[in-house]
Amino acid sequence: MENFTPISATLGGMLIGLSALWLMAANGRIAGVSGILGGLVTAPKGERRWRLWFLTGLILAPLLLTFIRRDYLEIQFPVTGTLLILGGILVGIGTQMGSGCTSGHGVCGIARFSARSLVATITFMAAGVVMVAILRSAGVLS
Amino acid sequence: MNRSFSALIAGLLFGAGLTISAMVNPAKVIAFLDIFGNWDPSLAFVMGGALLVTIPGYFVLRKKEKPLLEEQFFWPEATQVDRKLIIGATLFGMGWGLSGLCPGPAIASVGAFEINSLIFLGAMLTSAFGYRYISQRNASRP
Repeated sequence: MENFTPISATLGGMLIGLSALWLMAANGRIAGVSGILGGLVTAPKGERRWRLWFLTGLILAPLLLTFIRRDYLEIQFPVTGTLLILGGILVGIGTQMGSGCTSGHGVCGIARFSARSLVATITFMAAGVVMVAILRSAGVLS
Repeated sequence: MNRSFSALIAGLLFGAGLTISAMVNPAKVIAFLDIFGNWDPSLAFVMGGALLVTIPGYFVLRKKEKPLLEEQFFWPEATQVDRKLIIGATLFGMGWGLSGLCPGPAIASVGAFEINSLIFLGAMLTSAFGYRYISQRNASRP
């Protein structure tokens, strides 16, 4: 259990919660990233602009924070190459098919006490744990 | 304030939360899912912190008639736990475990200018948009 960081994780989580609350209070929308993203393709014309602005903020904030702490965006990829591409394909299809991801189901859905979101969250968490266990036993993770 | 600007604020808050909590780092996410290996439970606190804000916040918003900038709230209406939800969440969880990235962090990590991040994002966007496009086309067929 090295690198245990419960305080920064809680603080970051609260900011995500605040974002979700703000987007609902102001725009009446669920802050689910996969839903906001998917709507770029299927939503009516006038419903696309705010989505792009949300995604712009999502990209800008980490960049701005690197002025405070340079290592914020120093990230590591334990898995690369073909497996990483496969991961991207699965995340893309899975989140659209399952109508949500960690934010839409995990944060917003559970906060509404939606059984659907609770089931989805338990399912993707379990699938993630199994996948990492497989990677570990296959020797992909060091 | 207009809808785009408030969405930008929500995106900035969301991106800051993902960064401060280290959820943008695939290695951190994989360590969170690595229950049977070198487990780092930190990221459970991200969800905890977010729910701490969204549960009471949504409870209050539920009673309001409309949001600040829209004519209505867009609360999700689906309640059915169906096959699509389970299969989608399973595929998403597999991809999440494989890569250590879900849609929010995948987009937020663009600023890291890391080739692996861009490879993942390309795969994710292609499959997500492709899925949306095809399912919309099929739905509109007579």
